[in-house]
Amino acid sequence: MEPKEKMLAHSAPESEFVTKGVNGINRRRFFKLLGSGLAVILVLDDTLSLATPNKKGVAIGKVPEDQIGAWLHIGENNIITVFTGKVEVGQNIRTSLAQIVAEELMVPVTAIKMIMGDTDLVPFDAGTFGSRSTPAMGSKLRKTALTAREALLDLAAQAFKKEKNSLKIADGKITDPLTRKSFSYGQLTKGEQLIQTIKDEGLGHPVEQWKIAGTSVPKVNGRDFLTGKHKYVSDHTLPGMLYGKILRPPAFGATLTAVDLSGARAINGVVAVHEENFVGVAAPDLPTAIKAIAAIKAQWQTTDQPSRADIFSYLKKNASEGNNSRNSGTIKGDIKVGLASANKTLQQTYQIDYIAHAPMEPRAALAKWEKGKLTVWTGTQRPFGVQSDLAREFNLKEEQVRVIMPDTGSAYGGKHSGEAALEAARLAKVAQKTVKLTWTREEEFTWAYFRPAGVIEVSSGVKNDGTITAWEFHNYNAGPSGIQTPYAVANQHIQYHPVNSPLKQGSYRGLASTANIFVQESQINDLAQLLDQDPLAFRLKNLKEPRLRNVFEAAAASFGWGKSKPAKDHGFGIGGGTEKGGFTATCAEVAIDRSTGVVKVIRVATAFECGAIINPRHLDNQILGAVVQGLGGALFEAIHFENGKIINPKFAQYRVPRFKDMPAIQIIQLNRQDLPSAGAGEAPIVGIAPAIRNAIADATGLRLTTLPLAPQGLLAYLK
Amino acid sequence: MELVINEIKRTSSATPEASLLSVLRDEFDLTGTKYGCGEGQCGACTVLIDGKAVRSCRTTIGSLQGKVVTTIEGLEKNGRLHPVQEAYLQADVFQCGYCASGMVMSTVALLKNNASPTEEQIKSFMNGNMCRCGTYPFILKAIQEAATKV
Repeated sequence: MEPKEKMLAHSAPESEFVTKGVNGINRRRFFKLLGSGLAVILVLDDTLSLATPNKKGVAIGKVPEDQIGAWLHIGENNIITVFTGKVEVGQNIRTSLAQIVAEELMVPVTAIKMIMGDTDLVPFDAGTFGSRSTPAMGSKLRKTALTAREALLDLAAQAFKKEKNSLKIADGKITDPLTRKSFSYGQLTKGEQLIQTIKDEGLGHPVEQWKIAGTSVPKVNGRDFLTGKHKYVSDHTLPGMLYGKILRPPAFGATLTAVDLSGARAINGVVAVHEENFVGVAAPDLPTAIKAIAAIKAQWQTTDQPSRADIFSYLKKNASEGNNSRNSGTIKGDIKVGLASANKTLQQTYQIDYIAHAPMEPRAALAKWEKGKLTVWTGTQRPFGVQSDLAREFNLKEEQVRVIMPDTGSAYGGKHSGEAALEAARLAKVAQKTVKLTWTREEEFTWAYFRPAGVIEVSSGVKNDGTITAWEFHNYNAGPSGIQTPYAVANQHIQYHPVNSPLKQGSYRGLASTANIFVQESQINDLAQLLDQDPLAFRLKNLKEPRLRNVFEAAAASFGWGKSKPAKDHGFGIGGGTEKGGFTATCAEVAIDRSTGVVKVIRVATAFECGAIINPRHLDNQILGAVVQGLGGALFEAIHFENGKIINPKFAQYRVPRFKDMPAIQIIQLNRQDLPSAGAGEAPIVGIAPAIRNAIADATGLRLTTLPLAPQGLLAYLK
Repeated sequence: MELVINEIKRTSSATPEASLLSVLRDEFDLTGTKYGCGEGQCGACTVLIDGKAVRSCRTTIGSLQGKVVTTIEGLEKNGRLHPVQEAYLQADVFQCGYCASGMVMSTVALLKNNASPTEEQIKSFMNGNMCRCGTYPFILKAIQEAATKV
């Protein structure tokens, strides 16, 4: 459950903030950095023992740090600074959150400065994942901005000695229309020490009247990304820093049994570090670091590990019942009754490979120790998570660790962790110098983590009239996201069975819904085929959720579903679902070359609905990006591994979508201004794989049951 | 070793076998050129050598005698963006932007030799530049737009 939110507006004397600190270090830095002015702090829970609100103030010092959701500062210089723990990994959230604040404060986006993902400066945030930035942080910042606006109006009313509602507010100024005198926000906050609590009842601008939110504001700092000026973590340098390099074990689970660092230490300027299984070096330049690693003699003991060839039987064999895991199962009605009452039944088993996020910027970090404080710059979706990992590792208090996250070269759920930060910090601690560590592409492919592999078994039944009577769905290791069926089925048994995965696995764009919705939509397609019913009509018969129905209908209409195919061996497919508050459906047309077995995706139409749209241009990018990433997982992405080794850790071996793989892609945005905005980075990925798979089934009759579908083509299946 | 980078003569202290990418980034702090794979597969490190698009991660500085290197930092002139940069900026295509420098440099090279490429020619020429955020169709549009301006 979301905590109840409550607003406090503050412009407290600096001394109070320093002495009573909500979060001593952070707040001290905050005011030191920004000077006096108006600060608005959003408190997450109003059940706290906050001092009784009154005109003179509240004891902000009693607000625990983890109850602060966001804050905003308006300085005498008119600069509006917004502080959030969310981070920018290419989803353009820096832009859309700024739009939300600009909308309510009625200033141009350029007046807003976003401070993101710096643990010394921003309030705690669990991380940037789960498509929560827009719905959760967006609404927090909207309320924070609204509170600031009201406080500014109060100040202006006092200054003009006029009624608040007689004043006009525009472009960062409040004007008295009668005298035409106006004050900028900065002028109003100058020297003011406003302390006030404000109830959480402010209403934002009605969506239909949005002027800044809801428009295609260009990417903040977009120019810097086109001139090479933007500094990613891997571009940063600090004076006197060393370059780090890690000695990697020959396989997962290997134990270091002997190591000789003398060869590395003999090289001028090299610091070599050995702590248990960790061996690394720091050197004045990267070539020297590489040479030093090569000069280390190490012996490792390896143990037998599962390989891709036997992964699916391994997952099945090692699965737990899974009854204890959260949101992992549903039992409704009686599956036996459901299957017995069906006219047709269909059992299929699906196999999902591990895949890699392969962000263009591999993991990187700079670590600096200074007077017992550790500062790291690293690309992570969880700056506070990395802060706490580092504090634990080095036995520090969390405030002795600062994690800074510059806008990063993508993540897709693959950068929840801080491996490079930890490694750089270990090296820097011993070297007593700043260390920069950038993973190679091979390291990124090998030592990061993967989207889980999985086995999914479905047993289903339908009546001749198109009623689905039974839906038994067992997911082994792929994960529980998107496991519930949106279709109305009286008899369901849905269960996720966790497995201790042989490869390190974790989050991914859309998480397990990329697997679960693929399977669901494939099975639904085949049930419709069994009944010789149109797959779209069959879906609509069994779907109640209007938002999901709408996207299916919108995608089908734009695509021309039901129209005749342009040629022999072309097929149409459809698939969709709901995830993380977004609703999506994709139609695809494929062409099969029967002589070569090559599947070509000709065109795709994806409809997406995520409530009120904040930035249509950037939403297009997110939908398109999800579809293209999903295309890779559908057609060819798979991690090959053997006995603890990744055997395709290069872009030459791990194929990702490129220009030539692009079908014609049509995007249909459904803007529901009557609904709250949901996140958009993940859900649009789920429709493409089943749409392609079902299009192949339409063209050939083949019911493919793997992801990727047919990386070697269809020749083996067609013969 | 002497190199001409963005019309400036620079002296590198690296060995001739050193990759141009590492020299640009680590010695001259020209970090707009990115490391993405080190195997010439992703195109993030693309620079121009005598006007041709080249993967700097697979280019040794020893091979650059008498040649002229242009990096992303060398395109902007007197505060004015190159028309290709301008087209990308107007199109607002990038998400994480890590591939952007390579995309821009490849596009500059493409349009230098072919002022009005077909869609197929663009896809073919740009196939070595990866965008993991997947905005290829919008990049393609930006290139077509740039072709009208260069």
